[in-house]
Amino acid sequence: MNEQTHVCECGHKNKEGTEMCAACGKPLTEKARTEGVNMRYEGAAIRSKKRKVTVLDRIWGFFSSVKVGVWIIVLLLLASGVGTIFPQNNYISGEPEVFYEQEYGIFGLFYYKLGLHELYSSWWYIALIVALGISIIVASIDRGVPLYKALKSQRVTRHKHFMTRQRLFSKTAIAPSEAERAIAEAAERLKQKRYRIRVENGNVLAEKNRFARWGPYVNHLGLILFLIGCLLRYIPGMYVDTQMWVREGEQSPIPETDGYFIENRGFKLELYDENDERFQDAFASSNAVVPETFETDAVLYKRQESGIVGESGELEQVQEKKIRVNDPLKFDSFSLYQMDYRLNELHEMTFTLEHKDTGDTFGELTVNLLNPEEFYDLGDGYAVELADYYPDFHINNNKEPATRSSVPNNPYFVFKMYTPDTPDGETSMVGIQQNLEPLGENKYKMTFVDVDLVNVSILTVRKDLTMPLLIAGGSIFIIGLIQGSYWAHRRVWLQQVGGEVWIAGHTNRNWLSFKREIDDALEGNALTAPVDQEEEAESRSEGA
Amino acid sequence: MGKSKKKRSIIRFTVLFAIVCAIGYTIYANAASKQGAVKVGEPATNFALVDLEQERFELGQNKGKGVFINFWGTFCEPCEREMPYIENAYEQYKDEVEMIAVNVDEAPLTVQSFINRHGLTFPVAIDERREVTRAYGIGPLPATILVDEHGIVQKVHTGAMTEEMVHEFFQSIVPDA
Repeated sequence: MNEQTHVCECGHKNKEGTEMCAACGKPLTEKARTEGVNMRYEGAAIRSKKRKVTVLDRIWGFFSSVKVGVWIIVLLLLASGVGTIFPQNNYISGEPEVFYEQEYGIFGLFYYKLGLHELYSSWWYIALIVALGISIIVASIDRGVPLYKALKSQRVTRHKHFMTRQRLFSKTAIAPSEAERAIAEAAERLKQKRYRIRVENGNVLAEKNRFARWGPYVNHLGLILFLIGCLLRYIPGMYVDTQMWVREGEQSPIPETDGYFIENRGFKLELYDENDERFQDAFASSNAVVPETFETDAVLYKRQESGIVGESGELEQVQEKKIRVNDPLKFDSFSLYQMDYRLNELHEMTFTLEHKDTGDTFGELTVNLLNPEEFYDLGDGYAVELADYYPDFHINNNKEPATRSSVPNNPYFVFKMYTPDTPDGETSMVGIQQNLEPLGENKYKMTFVDVDLVNVSILTVRKDLTMPLLIAGGSIFIIGLIQGSYWAHRRVWLQQVGGEVWIAGHTNRNWLSFKREIDDALEGNALTAPVDQEEEAESRSEGA
Repeated sequence: MGKSKKKRSIIRFTVLFAIVCAIGYTIYANAASKQGAVKVGEPATNFALVDLEQERFELGQNKGKGVFINFWGTFCEPCEREMPYIENAYEQYKDEVEMIAVNVDEAPLTVQSFINRHGLTFPVAIDERREVTRAYGIGPLPATILVDEHGIVQKVHTGAMTEEMVHEFFQSIVPDA
């Protein structure tokens, strides 16, 4: 099939489907003759609106449709809203199977069953975002390129029909000698108003701010960059947002990093002064303590290059820093933010060996609850062996003592006490507020003396290489928005037709100020200022 | 054939194709990373741990032998149930298959007493910082990973094993020759 072109009487070749000649503005279709053309695209043949032939054209046509685009946006807004009804999976504590039903009842269960608890990473949500991206790209190319070409090839002298169809239009009967001068004067005045003047056969085209027409396309470009940034987050290594816990005095590997470790040398919490009168209202409205600031005294280490996973190997100290809220520790492209804390986790427990009858005590022993020693020599023939240890004690399904986890939430000890009195040892099972003697009556017992607590610092590990792209995309988006909103593309045509001078004006927004500008330029001029034909028609219909 | 029409088709195709490629790559890269370091058919990530006997175990040093890696905790009842099966199978296969039971960050005393209680003879190491556990993307316990004599991951099994499964797993990584 041959690409049809339509040669206008002015000589310009227009593509099939063009509503009006891009050069002179002569209507090329019956519809354009009777109803006028949509000036948004200068009557150019919108590419996808042409006859669809291949599958490629169909896909292209689908995504270029503004209607489809609007639908995608509406669906995205709805979906994004639904995702905020209940907290998403990564913001809940506990198992999602239980959590949603427990917290929100039957709706919570549906929410979970429908997979809405992971909505933002669901395939269909991502598909919608992708569809939006394609729609923006395709529609921009589909409309932007023809618009650009149409504006580039426009001529000064327009077809009569084009002139009369413009919203601002006037005819002035004037002698040819006068006309020349009047037009030249008007052009000069428009030039002072920063219009660019083109003259052809005594006809004038005054144009300004054409770049405002590119606003939406610049805006789309920004949006596309932004979406690419979002897409990049799914590529491993580009984006990390996770949490880690570090106890005081401990060294932990930083998740998602290659051989970095963080040591917590101490956690400090400062509370607002309870007695300060200024804060009394705030205290009254909150039940918990109000921290003023909290910080982790941290040391960052890196494992030597040759290190193997699992072996700490040679650790090299990289930096020291007090991590405070909003003052993260930064390394490579990672940031460690102070996020949260747990106070007073059990750390060490101190016991003494006591004679049950006399109450005499024989030395003290301190058990580290994360890594307890097995044997404690108290001197003078007194010793204690820690035979078994359950950090988080419970009785399991087999009715045996067991631990729920490795966190010392409910420590339980099995001690064997050796004394000169009892060289074979006595067994004592000690838990919080519990002291059992499973193997018969003992002479000695383990008495709780003291407990040492530590704080746990909770840090957020964050890395985001997509940020520059998001910022660039956002900025370009705003630039496009400003470009399209604060300037208007204005054109004035002055043309000699027979014994008359025709003036037509077109802008894409702000008609009133445009009209005033033309009125101003024509002040004291013999030419009649153009009138708003739409307003005319309206008042006519109202009067009738 | 219109030249510009052909050009237009090429442009459209290129644009759509580029978008599809970008999205396809993203999905692929994302899916690949979710499988963690253990991918069946790929080399197992090397790691080293010191076991409770103070012997250093490095996965990479066991080329030529199959390696049975079991991640476990004393707090995990299915782990406790399968320990005797693993012990029996280890006794039977220990000449051809190495094994390491990686405990997920518990107190040595707790682990040792567990070992004594169950009379375990295979090497047990504690992954103090959960580094190996993380590198292998281990979620719920127990989890078992089978590495063949070439250092290639043959199987990733999450959850409890029956006695038959344990034997079958050991048998499957006995070197051929």
